[in-house]
Amino acid sequence: MIIAEQKALPEIQDMVSSYRKILIVGCGTCMTFCSAGGPEEVNKLANELVAENKDMVIDKTTTPRQCTEKFIDRLKDKVGDYEAILSMACGNGVQAVASRFPDKPVLPALNTQFIGVEKEKGVWTENCLACGDCILWRTGGVCPVTRCAKSLLNGACGGASEGNCEVSKDRPCAWQEIYHALKRLNMLHYLKGKPQVKDWPVHPGRVVREDLREIEATRVD
Amino acid sequence: MKSGSNLERLLESGQFAVTAEAGPPKGSSPKVVQRKGELLKLCCDALNVTDNQTAIVRMSSLSGCVLLKEMGMEPVLQMVVRDRNRLALQSDILGAAALGIRNVLCLSGDHQKFGNHPTAKGVYDIDSIQFIQMVKAMRDEHKFLNGEEISGDVPFFIGAAANPFADPFEFRVTRLAKKVNAGADFIQTQGIFDMPKFIEWMKMVRDRGLDKRTHILAGLIPIKSVGMARYMRNNVSGLSVPKEIVDRMADAKEPKEEGVKICLETIEQLKEVDGIHGIHIMAVAWEDIVSRIVEEAGLMPRPVV
Repeated sequence: MIIAEQKALPEIQDMVSSYRKILIVGCGTCMTFCSAGGPEEVNKLANELVAENKDMVIDKTTTPRQCTEKFIDRLKDKVGDYEAILSMACGNGVQAVASRFPDKPVLPALNTQFIGVEKEKGVWTENCLACGDCILWRTGGVCPVTRCAKSLLNGACGGASEGNCEVSKDRPCAWQEIYHALKRLNMLHYLKGKPQVKDWPVHPGRVVREDLREIEATRVD
Repeated sequence: MKSGSNLERLLESGQFAVTAEAGPPKGSSPKVVQRKGELLKLCCDALNVTDNQTAIVRMSSLSGCVLLKEMGMEPVLQMVVRDRNRLALQSDILGAAALGIRNVLCLSGDHQKFGNHPTAKGVYDIDSIQFIQMVKAMRDEHKFLNGEEISGDVPFFIGAAANPFADPFEFRVTRLAKKVNAGADFIQTQGIFDMPKFIEWMKMVRDRGLDKRTHILAGLIPIKSVGMARYMRNNVSGLSVPKEIVDRMADAKEPKEEGVKICLETIEQLKEVDGIHGIHIMAVAWEDIVSRIVEEAGLMPRPVV
């Protein structure tokens, strides 16, 4: 899932300072699971903003997903009543809502961090950079592009120590994890292959599925 | 000859090489590099010019190399993949070749987090092993990474770093083999303080025959003070400084003398290790000690090849 963190309150207050009536929209999928922008966080943020500014009118809602058009559409009868929307979605959701309501300021209440998992209660770690060319089959299920601080495809570098990355002792060295995983799986030979250079994707990304487009084009409703 | 460099000729003729490090300044004065060049000129066969070492912005490595070359010194161009993508790396390799630089050391580089611009975007488009392979193809096949032809020669003696002390220990030699297979003609190791571990590593290197396929120069870092020893033990990633060394420095009446003594003892032990073809002295901010160490180690005068 996508992991985000709420912005510091003063920055949010600054963003909404010129509006008197706003709608806070939570997101029911990733942001709820990572406790950054679900119904609970929407309530908490609304209370904090009102506590700081009693004149502000704040309404609240949460959609199942802000990145999906049919769920964004559920907001269409509401947004007209507000001067701005304060979105508690990831950057993807914020942009999808902004694109659907081009005449309404849509403000981000969160800082989107990464695609990752909850490692333990209250700790999330990054796992995937969405690089477009997955090599996990030969790295023991550990992604060096994401989890090595230098994205080395032929690690470990000389900085790894006691199982940790040189960048921080609270980050395991991905190449140590890869080495141990491949050893466990009896796949160490993958480490000896000729180094291949990675093709990095062009951003912004765009995926086109002609098969789906053809089905859509021939569909008779 | 792959490059015709002095370092290559010396190593290929089977002689024991001495290289040292000359870091460029955090400023634009050529004098800093020239001073280090003067200090090291007679006691070293080639001088490594570091590339924004520890991710701190300094005068470019290539400029430092040109300044040394103008003085008649032979430079080793250090290049890290942290700050340049494949276009910039290849472009600088061509430029260095045009300027007569003949040795290159291909490195990953310390992470930008450690430097003076810790929030800079790290490039890491390719890694150090892919970089070695790329320079080898530029030299041997006259080909860019994309397969296009290069006009003119790209004569480089290609170097790489090796850290015998990083984890996982049993994997370090596999990674060295990868560098050698990719095209590393010479290796400069991390500074050695933990001799038993280094000897064990070298045995693994010899067992794989890697010492016959590349020239290994053992790294040395002269220690000035107990503070420096402790700092290196605690803060420099990938360095192994045993307690015994720290204690010796702590107990020494004249720490600098003790540091020189430790360094000379290490060189004597290294001379006995099969497969070592030279030493690489990294006397950071203590360049004036290098000539004394080389002299007292019995490695003067440097051979002319």
